[in-house]
Amino acid sequence: MNTKTEGVAESLPDKASLLDIYTRAVLIKANDERIRAAARAGKMNMIYYSPRGQEIIPSAISVHLTNADYITTIYRGIHDQLAKGVPAKLIWAEYAGRSTGSCKGKGGPMHITYPDVGVLVTTGIVGSSMPIANGLALASQLRGDGRVTVAYFGDGAANIGAFHESLNLAAVWKLPVIFVCQNNRYAEHSQFEKFTAGGNVSNRAAGFGMPGIRVDGNDPVAMWRVAKTAVDRARSGEGPTLIEALTFRFHGHLLGDDGSYIPPAEMAAARAADPMPRFRTLLLTQHAADEAALRDIELAADRAALDAQEFALSSPWPRTSELQTDVFGGPSSIPTIKVFSRPSVAP
Amino acid sequence: MSENINCIAALNMALHDALETDPTVIVFGEDLADPEGGGVVGVTRGLSSAFGDQRVRSTPISEQAIIGAGIGAAIAGMRPVTEIMLMNFTAVAMDMIVNHAAKLRFMSGGQTHVPMVIRTMTGSGMGNGGQHSDYLEAWFAHSAGIKVVTYSSPSEAYGLLLGSIFDDDPVIFIENLPGYFVPGAPPVRGTVISLGHANIMRAGSDITLISYGAMANQALLAAENLSREGISAEVVDLRTVAPIDFATLLSSVDKTRRALVVHEAVRPFGVGAEIAAELSEKLHGQLKSPIRRLGGAFCAVPFSKPLESAHAPKAADIEAAVRSLF
Repeated sequence: MNTKTEGVAESLPDKASLLDIYTRAVLIKANDERIRAAARAGKMNMIYYSPRGQEIIPSAISVHLTNADYITTIYRGIHDQLAKGVPAKLIWAEYAGRSTGSCKGKGGPMHITYPDVGVLVTTGIVGSSMPIANGLALASQLRGDGRVTVAYFGDGAANIGAFHESLNLAAVWKLPVIFVCQNNRYAEHSQFEKFTAGGNVSNRAAGFGMPGIRVDGNDPVAMWRVAKTAVDRARSGEGPTLIEALTFRFHGHLLGDDGSYIPPAEMAAARAADPMPRFRTLLLTQHAADEAALRDIELAADRAALDAQEFALSSPWPRTSELQTDVFGGPSSIPTIKVFSRPSVAP
Repeated sequence: MSENINCIAALNMALHDALETDPTVIVFGEDLADPEGGGVVGVTRGLSSAFGDQRVRSTPISEQAIIGAGIGAAIAGMRPVTEIMLMNFTAVAMDMIVNHAAKLRFMSGGQTHVPMVIRTMTGSGMGNGGQHSDYLEAWFAHSAGIKVVTYSSPSEAYGLLLGSIFDDDPVIFIENLPGYFVPGAPPVRGTVISLGHANIMRAGSDITLISYGAMANQALLAAENLSREGISAEVVDLRTVAPIDFATLLSSVDKTRRALVVHEAVRPFGVGAEIAAELSEKLHGQLKSPIRRLGGAFCAVPFSKPLESAHAPKAADIEAAVRSLF
C-alpha cells in the first residue's frame, strides 16, 4: 500500500492498547450488524450508512483521546461515535426516533450529538465537519485546556471548498485539530481516483504547510502510531495534521445500495482483506489475548447491541410538542456590562 | 449633554464593552485587527490592540471557515462575534449559517447551542453595485433558529449589539453602510437592549408604519411630513427582524387600523409579506384599508446613481403610499 510514515512515532501500541482498540472496533461491528438486521427486519425505518470495514480508524484514534477531547463527524459516523464512547443505546434510540435518543429523536441517524464524551457535531453535509472542528479547537487554544479536536470526513469531502478553507485557517492559527480523511474509495458512487485530481488527499497538506500522512487505516498498529503522532503534536501546541486513512466500506454508500458501481473484483479483494478477522489473528499471534478473552469481548459487544436495540424499540416516541422546543433558547441572562475605560480610537 | 457620535463609534464601544465584560467574547473576521486596518470602515479599530491578537483576530478571506470557527467556538462555550464583511458574502457561508448555526440547538435536542453573532454590513447608496448592497434578511428570517437584528441609530446600535452578543442564539446583525456615518445621540454606556422587542419610535393614531434599520428613519421622516397634512402615523422599528415582535405590531395596528411595511430588501417574499399576512389574518375585518408594502425594486441593486437612488423606497414614496390608503 502506498503510504508514507516518515516523522511518525517510533513507539508501538502495548497489548492493552491493542485490546482496547479491538474492543472498540468489535463494539462498532456488532452494533452495525444488529442495526442492519433490525432495518432489514423492518424493526427500524431510517437512512443508514454502514461503517463496516472502517472500524479500526476511529478505534485506534480514540484510545489516544479522553472524554474531554472533541470530535466532529459525518452521516457515516456511528463508528466514530461508538469509538469515542457514546452509549450504544442512545444511538439506537436516536436511530429509532425515540424520545430517549441522544437528541430526543430530533436529530436522527445523521446528527448524533453527545457532549459528555465530546461528540459535539455530526453533520449530514459533506465537508462541514472541518470548519466547525476549527472552532472547537480555537476555544481550546484560547483557554489553554489541552484538548484536541478530531474532524472526521470522507474522501469526497476533500474536493469541497470547505476542506481547503479549513486546512488553511487551522494552519494559519496553528489550531490543535486533526483532520482525518477516511478514504473508503467511493464518494457516494464515484470512484476516488476518477474524481480526485492527484489521486491522493494527504499530499494536499503540503500546500498548507502541515504534515500530511497517508496510512493503512485498516492496520491497527500503523493507525495507532499515526494517530499518536498527530494527537501529541496537536496537544503540545504544534498545530494541525492531515491524516488520510485508507479503508473500504462493505455495504455501499447507504443501506440498500446495490454496489453496482464497484467492480466485483475490487469488492471481493476488499472483503478478503476484512480488517476485523486480520486484527483478531494479530491479537492471538502476539498473545495480546487468548481465544476465550476475545470471545468474551465479542459476546459482550453483541449483548450490548441487543440491549441497545431492546432499549430503543421499547422507548416512547417524542411528543409533538417537541416541534416547539429547542428552536430558540429561553430568555438570555445579560451580564452587567463593564464599560471599557480606555478611550476608543474609532473614527 | 455629550457630543453626538456615529454608528461606527457606537458599535466600536459595544465591542469594547463586551470584550471587557466577558472573557469568552472573541471577535474575528477579514481585516478587522489593527495590523490589517481595524476593519474596512473602522468598526473594530483598536480592539486587537486593547484585547490582544488572540481574542481579536483577522482571518483569511474564507467565509465558510469563519462561520464554522464561530459555530465550533460557540458550542465549546465562547461568545464569538464573527464578521462577514458584506451581506452578499453570507451566500458563500450559507451552509454553515443555515444548516448548522441555526439548526444545531434543535437537532441536538437542546444539548448544544450557538451563541454567535455574525456582523455584516450592506445597503445601497454607496455605488457598490449588485453584489455588495443587498438586504437579504428574509433568507435568514425564513430559517428557524437564527435571529436577525438591525438598528436605526447609534444608541440603538450599541444596545442591540450588546443584546445580540449576550443572546444565547445565533444572530445576524445587519449594519447599514451609508448609515454608519450618520451622527446621533450617544448611547448610555452599559445599557443593553435585549432581543425580541420592537420599539415604538413615534406614537400615532391613523396608521402604523412598520420598518427597521436605516429605513425606519425614512418612515420617521415621512411621519413628520404627514403630520402636517393631518395624518397621525405611528412608527415602529422592529429592532429584531426575526423572530418578529408581533404582539407590539398587533397592538399598534389594532389601534390605528392601517399599516404600511417598508424595507430596503426587495418586496417579493420579503419580511413585509410575512407581516402583512400575519396582521391580515389576525385583524381582518377591523382594518380600514389593505396592508401595503414598500420594498426595493425587484432587480439587482444597480450602479448608476439615478438608478441606485430609485431602487430603495424614500420618505416621499412612503408618504405617497400612506396617502393612497386614506
